[in-house]
Formats: sequence, structure tokens, C-alpha cells
Amino acid sequence: MTTTSTSERREVTAIAGGVGEPVLRPDGGAKVDGSFEFSSDRSVDGELWAVTVRSPHPRARILNVDVSAAVALPGVAAVITADDVPGVNGFGLIASDQPVFAVDEVRFVGEPVAAVAATDAETCARAAELVVVTYEVLEPLLDAERAIDGTFEPIHPDGNLIRHQRIVRGDSDFVGEVIVEGTYEIGMQDQAFLGLEAAVAVPDADGAGVELLVATQWLHEDRRQIATCLGVDEERVKLTLGGVGGAFGGREDISLQVHVSLLALVTGRPVRAAYSRSESFIGHVHRHPAAIWMRHHADRDGTLRKVEARFVLDGGAYASTSSAVLINAVTHAQGPYRCENAVVDGYAVRTNHLPCGAMRGFGVVQACFAHERQMDRLAAACDMDPVDLRLLNAMETGDHLITGQRVENVAPVARCIRETMALPLPEPETEDHVLSLPGGAGLTADGSVVRGVGMAVSIKNLMYSEGFDDYSTARCVVRDGRVALKFATAEVGQGFVTIAMQIARTELGLADVDFESIDTAVGSAGSTSASRQTWMSGGAVVEACRGVVGQILDQVATDRELDRDGLRIEGEWVTADGVPVVMVAEAVAGHLFEFTAEYHHPETTELDEYGQGDCHTAFAFTAHRAVVDVDPDLGLLRVVQIATAQDVGRALNPLSVVGQIEGGVAQGLGLAVMEEIIQTNGVIRNASFTDYLIPTIADMPPVVISLVEEPDPRAPLGAKGVGEPPCISVTPAIVAAVDDALRKAGRRVSPLTRVPIRPQDIALAGEGSTATVGS
Amino acid sequence: MPVLIPENLAELREAACSHDPVLLAGGTDLMVALNHRSQRIESDLTVVSLAQVPELRSWSHDPTSGELTIGSGITWSQLERAPFDALAPALAQAARTVGSPQIRNAGTIGGNIATASPAGDGLPVLLALDATVDSVGSDGERSTPLSELLTGTKRTSLAPGEVIVAVRFKVDDGWQGYAKIGVRNAMVISVAGVALVLDGTARRARIALGSVGPTVLLAGEASAFLTSEFDWDAWTCSEATIATVAEMAAEESRPIDDHRSTAEYRRHGVRVLTSRLLKRGRERR
Ligand SMILES: Cc1cc2nc3c(=O)[nH]c(=O)nc-3n(C[C@H](O)[C@H](O)[C@H](O)COP(=O)(O)OP(=O)(O)OC[C@H]3O[C@@H](n4cnc5c(N)ncnc54)[C@H](O)[C@@H]3O)c2cc1C
Repeated sequence: MTTTSTSERREVTAIAGGVGEPVLRPDGGAKVDGSFEFSSDRSVDGELWAVTVRSPHPRARILNVDVSAAVALPGVAAVITADDVPGVNGFGLIASDQPVFAVDEVRFVGEPVAAVAATDAETCARAAELVVVTYEVLEPLLDAERAIDGTFEPIHPDGNLIRHQRIVRGDSDFVGEVIVEGTYEIGMQDQAFLGLEAAVAVPDADGAGVELLVATQWLHEDRRQIATCLGVDEERVKLTLGGVGGAFGGREDISLQVHVSLLALVTGRPVRAAYSRSESFIGHVHRHPAAIWMRHHADRDGTLRKVEARFVLDGGAYASTSSAVLINAVTHAQGPYRCENAVVDGYAVRTNHLPCGAMRGFGVVQACFAHERQMDRLAAACDMDPVDLRLLNAMETGDHLITGQRVENVAPVARCIRETMALPLPEPETEDHVLSLPGGAGLTADGSVVRGVGMAVSIKNLMYSEGFDDYSTARCVVRDGRVALKFATAEVGQGFVTIAMQIARTELGLADVDFESIDTAVGSAGSTSASRQTWMSGGAVVEACRGVVGQILDQVATDRELDRDGLRIEGEWVTADGVPVVMVAEAVAGHLFEFTAEYHHPETTELDEYGQGDCHTAFAFTAHRAVVDVDPDLGLLRVVQIATAQDVGRALNPLSVVGQIEGGVAQGLGLAVMEEIIQTNGVIRNASFTDYLIPTIADMPPVVISLVEEPDPRAPLGAKGVGEPPCISVTPAIVAAVDDALRKAGRRVSPLTRVPIRPQDIALAGEGSTATVGS
Repeated sequence: MPVLIPENLAELREAACSHDPVLLAGGTDLMVALNHRSQRIESDLTVVSLAQVPELRSWSHDPTSGELTIGSGITWSQLERAPFDALAPALAQAARTVGSPQIRNAGTIGGNIATASPAGDGLPVLLALDATVDSVGSDGERSTPLSELLTGTKRTSLAPGEVIVAVRFKVDDGWQGYAKIGVRNAMVISVAGVALVLDGTARRARIALGSVGPTVLLAGEASAFLTSEFDWDAWTCSEATIATVAEMAAEESRPIDDHRSTAEYRRHGVRVLTSRLLKRGRERR
């Protein structure tokens, strides 16, 4: 064995395209030039189209469903209702309380009552209009408080209270030297993903099972629920991920999956469905609107001593993930600050509003808005700078949550705050362009524009909580020198496939990495949510690759009679005690290696009746600073700049992290200043992009970013999830900036307490307001 | 459903009169209505495209009379730019607020008039300019003041198949402006819009309001008061006049609460915008 003679020439450098590089994503170009196939683009020979017939009432008894006229329409292949559901007519991520098709009673506007399959979309639409449903309209439950106080009859067999959770810690009678109190309101936000819901179901050859191509967040959970509703074994339902155009939680629940699968089984033909934008608004769950009361107690020097809170989350008609969203909200009530005393009550309730469930930030968005507005109040009450107050109370590793859980992760809260505040403020605008003023193209602004600055900080849990083992699976195969990765991780646009390929390159020292079809032919990856896939599926890919690395090194040890213990893969080389011996590509030639790994996170526990328990897996922290220009007379505004420092652990792909941050900022900005689903008497009023406003390029400011990289020893490769944290504290930071501007304009002393901020909230309210004629 | 594509005005008249037509210009209102199924084209209807009729896509300006005639097929993208930005700056400003570049490339001023939405951005400007609409239908040609053509929310006195050929109004070197409140900074439906025209030749002021009533509204009393109080020779008016005119315009608005805003805020918006426009007009900004 002589390796030394050539080793001088052998340089061990990091492999190109590995971990830490800003590798471009494989789907990026196609999405930009329009050639990417979204699930709505998929067409199958012989396909039928499907459409859903939905309730126009928030609450009504179904007296009769007459499908005869619809069935008789030429071109219609099938019309199905609750009677045609062969398995359980109920689904749901936590409780199966939502029917595939309503039986006896409809509980929200848009609830499916029937579905039609026909030769084309127009025939479907006409047939849907011919389905005659006779309703007896009932009084809807629209006031969340009445769901709590028990004064409204149950609108569902499971009752009107989905979950109540109390947290009591420390001295519940503690009274602080300084006390601040407020009530906060968060509107219902939509995920507003660009790729609408779509699926194609193809019946099996024997007609007993179905293959479904669908844009979703969690293939295996979809499969479980679909199989239950169809009354077939899970093996008879095969899912493949279609091209997904964003998700943000809105695809975690079942929407059209069961409808198209059932129609495919009933008709024996492929069935395709695609929602319109307006149907999408009523066809998926939303962010919970919330009413939150908080009272903070502190020492005169600003030390936070006690948090009291009451959360009411309106879950709408069905449970979805409401109970988990509630737990996230109440357990994050203290924010990223030390606090030893707490009394918190939270309620997730059922009403006849649109169902709510998962959306990026998952309960923490609501909690953060309230606790950060409280921190601003507390700073004012203690006559302190809001930044100093937050630094004084900033949580560190080893501190405890109000649940008693110790924060074991890297917790660079103070560093995030300092780095955010150190980022440069915007340069004064040189060109006088209307789009740089509040009101933009409408040319409303005159000389009275005032600039404000605000900041906010967040803590966000990563992965699932309360004892749930949301493991992930990955398989790594090395054949002919190429790596093939297989996993069921839903790529929804977040860039996991890119990260997976980078991990494989770095772990294996092989440049050529492919990923196979994302489907249910491999074990579950869990959901693409809760900022968890880089950690969980990334962890599974790491372990699968390391399994293969072990096999490769065994092979090299045997082939070359080397001491196995000294062998490693470094760069593209197999090294023995640090000395390169053979390139990996050469070592694997002619061999086949395969390893499948399941990655599990440390166990968590449930909360007890006092809300105590180690219920969360891990935490990440973020700070945001907002600069906002406000036209106080009209209440119009423009966010000028967002600065943020985010605790990312380690940026496996810095470009992807920046993408997540910019996108998250846009979503948090939307919630701050424009995004809200409006329902009156239970009827959605703005189910379109005409009236549900999301930020345009004219509303989106530059984002200046500092990545706080302190690799977390508990995370695979040190990397924390980065998906949700960017969209959380940006909202209260913007609102704080608006308050600051209004103060400078001499307008308002009481803080804004509601998002989205509406122009009238600024222009028509506030002490000292001179809201008459503009300047 | 048949689609006819006439290539001149005569062919268009023929096509529009002999069928029960659906007129299609840029399609930015019509296609939305069809997709939302708020409008249906039954198979016995004929779609008549206006896109290839050169007469609808022309414009003229008579410097002697000051009359500007704009073909109904002129798009918002055209109206944003020369020569319209100089001839009719308020209309150009309204054009800049319409939708996105894609919508402005397709959407036409004729479609905006025929849709007759109270939120149509061209309409307050045209109303403040006292515009006249020229149309042809089975009863022949007619010219109608815009104020008479607009009969209600999304309703006009246009007969089925009657085609708007052009809209015309006088422009001078006075001042005109338009401002629109929306909840985001571009591509947004108006929550309240105000157009102000200070006609130095006729020595007349006209203020028109959008999105604050069932149709666009002329603030008649505010206009008359401003006409009499404005110092046309010195081209100025007092702060008190501005405050009164703004208050009168706000009073004349007839807003409602809906999912886009509240009546109270809309009225407030009219007051602030009127005041700001009048200050701009006074300084010819
Ligand atoms: C995303 C989006 C954003 C928008 N934003 C705005 C906005 O900010 N402000 C605004 O005012 N509008 C807006 N609109 C509405 C629309 O773009 C305008 O009203 C536009 O001017 C309509 O013109 P069009 O040529 O597209 O009309 P079409 O859709 O072709 O026609 C509309 C109606 O007018 C009739 N019609 C068209 N031309 C004539 C004619 N010459 N004679 C008789 N009848 C005719 C048609 O039969 C139809 O009933 C928006 C639309 C969209 C889709």
C-alpha cells in the first residue's frame, strides 16, 4: 500500500455544489420561463373534469339534494353526494370532524355538498348549477365568545369549543411595579399561494384503488385520510406530488383529494380538478383570526416579571389543526424574553366562519403581534428605549418558557436584536417617484408624509409538538457513481430538493445527484410545514447518505486492506487518517450501495392541565426593524425598508435562506397593512385577488439581511428551520413604525392594536387627531 | 358561439346591428365577468370584436376649439403617455392608476365607460371634463353627455349593440388633476377618487367623485361654489375656500360601507383629496 507518493498532488477541497453554497434550484428557471408543470397543468388521456357544489349558507339544514337534472345533462358522467362515500364520511388532520360532503347540515359558506364529473369544465359548471339543494337556513354562530360561554347550541356533534388550554407558572398573584395592558386583534389571512389546488386521479386497473397526482404538503397523511374516506387499504392509494406553487399551510388539509379520487372510482376514468382563485379562497383553511388580551408586569427598570393573557382563536366550522395552533399561540405568549410568572388562557372555538388551520407561523404570528405591541407599551411605561427593554429581557440558552420547558437550542436573541439595529437605514430617496410615496400610483401624497421606525422580535418553535413523532424517511442509492435520493418530502417551492442534493454531495463526495419522483413509494417525510423539512428530511438525507458512506468505506477498507477506523470521506476523496487514498467516484465504480434512514427528533411531551411540559422540539429567533412612511391624514403608508437578523443555525444554502426571508417579509407585511379575508354574516366578501390584496412590487421594500450563524448542536448539520421565522415579528415591527410616525406627526398616543391596519384606523382615530382637511 | 372581427366602422355597424352582439374590446372587464359567471354568453349570441376597427383607435385634437376626441379603443397605456399626458393630464393620471401594465395594455377607455362602474378610474375625470360620448347603434348615431349616459351602478343608456365610437371634451391650459385612494400602492380598485378641472377659458371649476356613490358623481354645489370663489385672474383661492369646497364635496358624496372601506372614511378621503387637488391646482403643480 503506497499512497504517500501521490498524496502531495491530492488536494482535499470541498466539493462544488455542496452544503453552504448558494446553489441554484433545479425548478427555478422553469418557473420563471413558464415551462414548469404545476399540478393544474397535468392532463391524462380520457380524463373527465370535476367540480364541487358548495353551500351558499354559513349554517343550514339540508332538506333534500336533487341531482337528477344534473345527471341528465349530456356530458355528465357522475354526480356524487354524501351517500356515495364508501368509507368514513369524515376527515381532518387531528379530529375527523369534517365531512367529505355535508350530511344533514352545512356549516360554512363553501362547504362541499356534491361533486360532478363531466367531459369538460363548462359542462361541469352547468351541471353544478342544476344540482338542487333545499336548505332550511339556520342562525349561524359567528361570535367566538358565544362558543366559549356556552350560550349557543352546539353547531357540530363535537361541540363549539375545540380546545381550551391554561398555563399557570410561578406566582399567579404577582403584581408588578409597572403594568401595561391591551387587547389585540388579528384578521384572517389567506396563504394566497399562486398555484391553485389541482389534482388528477387515475383509477387502478382493477378499479379498487386510485393513483393521485396532487399538489400537497404531506403525501402520507393525505393518503391516510383519502383511504379512510374511500374505505380501502392505504396501499390501494398511491400519491405522487404534482408541481406545487406554494403552500404556506394551506395545503395541509384535504381539499379536492377525496372528491376526485371518489369520482375516478365511480366513473372508472381519470378525473381532473382545478380550483379557481375564488374557489380556492373557500376551499382551504386560513390563518386564525384572533382576539388577544395581555397584561404585562415588570419592575420599574423594565425587567419582565409576569405575563397574563387570554387568547380566542376563531377556528371556523371544522377543527383542522386548531388545537395545535392554539398550543403554539399560548406557549409563545411571553415572546423571546425571560419571564417566570404567567397566567394564560387560550380558546380555539368552532363557529360558522371559514375553517382555519395551518398558516406559516402557526399561532405564533398572533401571539407575537400581541406580545410585541405589549413590549412597546412597556417600554413607554418604563420610559425606556424599546430596543433596550428587549435587550434587558432577551432569552438565552438555558432559560425557561412559561411551560417550564428549558430552551436547549442556541438562542442568540440579543445578537439578533443588535445585528438588526446595526444594519444600515435606508438612503434618502434621490428620485422623486410617485411610487416611493404612500398612496403610490394614486398620487394622493402631499408634503405631510412622516417617517417612522419600529422593531420587534420573535421566538418560533420548529417541528411538531406535544409528543408527536413527525419522523422523516430518505433513501440514498449510489449506482454507477451517481447518487439517487428518494424521499416523500413535498417540495412546495421552499427548495428542499436543492438542499438534499447539496447534502448528498458533501456527505458522499460525489457530484452527480438525482432525486426520484416524490411519492408514497417510500416512507413518510412528515409535512412540509413547521419549518421542519431542512431539519427532519435534511436529517434523514444526512443519515441515509452516512449509511452509504459507511458501506463505501467498508468497501475501500476491504479492497485496499486499510484500517476502517481511519477512513473518511473528505471533499471528493476517501482519506485514511486524513491522507487522500482514492477518489470516491473511483471507489464506488461498479458497486451498488443503498441505505434507507428514518430521522426522529427528540421526544416531546404533552402539556398538563397547568400548561406545563416540554412540548416543543426546538426554537429559532428573529428580529425585524421596519421603516415606514405614513400619510397621517389619509392613513396610507409605504414600507420603506425592512432590516432583519435571523438565527439560522447554519445557512446550508444562503440564497435559499434569503429567498425565505424576503418571501416571509412580504407575507408579514401583507398581514400588517392589507391582507384580510372579510366575512359578513358568514359570507366571504373578497374571494378574489381583486379585493383580497397582497403586496405588489410597489409595496415591497428592500430587505437588508444579516444571517446569524451559530450552528445548533442539536440540529443535523447545525441548521435551523428558516421558513416561518421571517414572517412573524415583521408585522408588529411595521405597526410599531407606523405608531412612531404618528407620534412624530403629533397624532396619536394610544398604540395601534389591530392588523391589518386599515386607512381609517389611522386617519379617523387617535387622540389629538386632527383628521379634518389634509395639509 | 360565432365571433365577428369587423375591420372598419361600416362593417362594425353592420355586424353590431344585425346580430344580438356582445362587444369585446380589451376584455379586461368582460372576461372577468365571464369567468366569475356573473355574465354568460349563450351560444346564440355573437361576439363582435372591436380590436380591428381603426376608427375606434384614432384620436384628434382641434387646437382652435380645444376639443380632444379620443377613440373608444384607445388603451390606458396610450393615455398615460404623449400626447395625452400633456393634453389631458388628469386622464393620463387616471390611466396610470388603472390595474397593472398588462391591464393597461389591453383595457380601453370605451370599455371603462360601457362598464360604468362607480370605481371606473376614467369616469370621474371624464365627468369633470364634461365629456360627450359619440356612439352608433341601430337607431343611428348620437352624442350624449357622459352624465346622461351613466344611469346607475354598472348601467348605461347604451342600447344592445350600440357602440361607443369616441369620447370628446375641451381642454385648455387651465389645470386638471386626479387622485385615487387605494389600500395598496398600485393595482387596486379605488376606495375614493376625485377629479378636479379648473377650466381657465370657461372660468369654470368641476369636481367629480368616484367610488363614493352608485355612479360617479359630479359635486355640483362644490363645483359652483369654487367657480364663483376662485380668482380666475390671479389664479388663486383662499384657504377658507379650499376648506369649504372640500367640505362641500365630502357632503355631496354618497358613500357606503363595504368590504373595501367605510362610508365615513370615503367621505373623509373625498375631503382630503379635494383639498389637496385644489392646492395643486392653485399652484398649477
Ligand atoms: C386586474 C384588473 C385590474 C383592473 N384595475 C382597474 C382599475 O384600477 N381601474 C379601473 O377603472 N378599471 C380597472 N379594471 C377594469 C378594466 O380594466 C377597465 O374598466 C377597462 O377600461 C375595460 O376596458 P376593456 O377594453 O377591457 O373592456 P371589455 O372588457 O372589452 O368590455 C367591458 C364592457 O364594455 C363593453 N364595451 C367595450 N367597448 C365598448 C364600446 N366601444 N362600445 C360599447 N360597449 C363597449 C363590453 O361589451 C363589455 O360589456 C381592472 C381589470 C382587471 C382585470
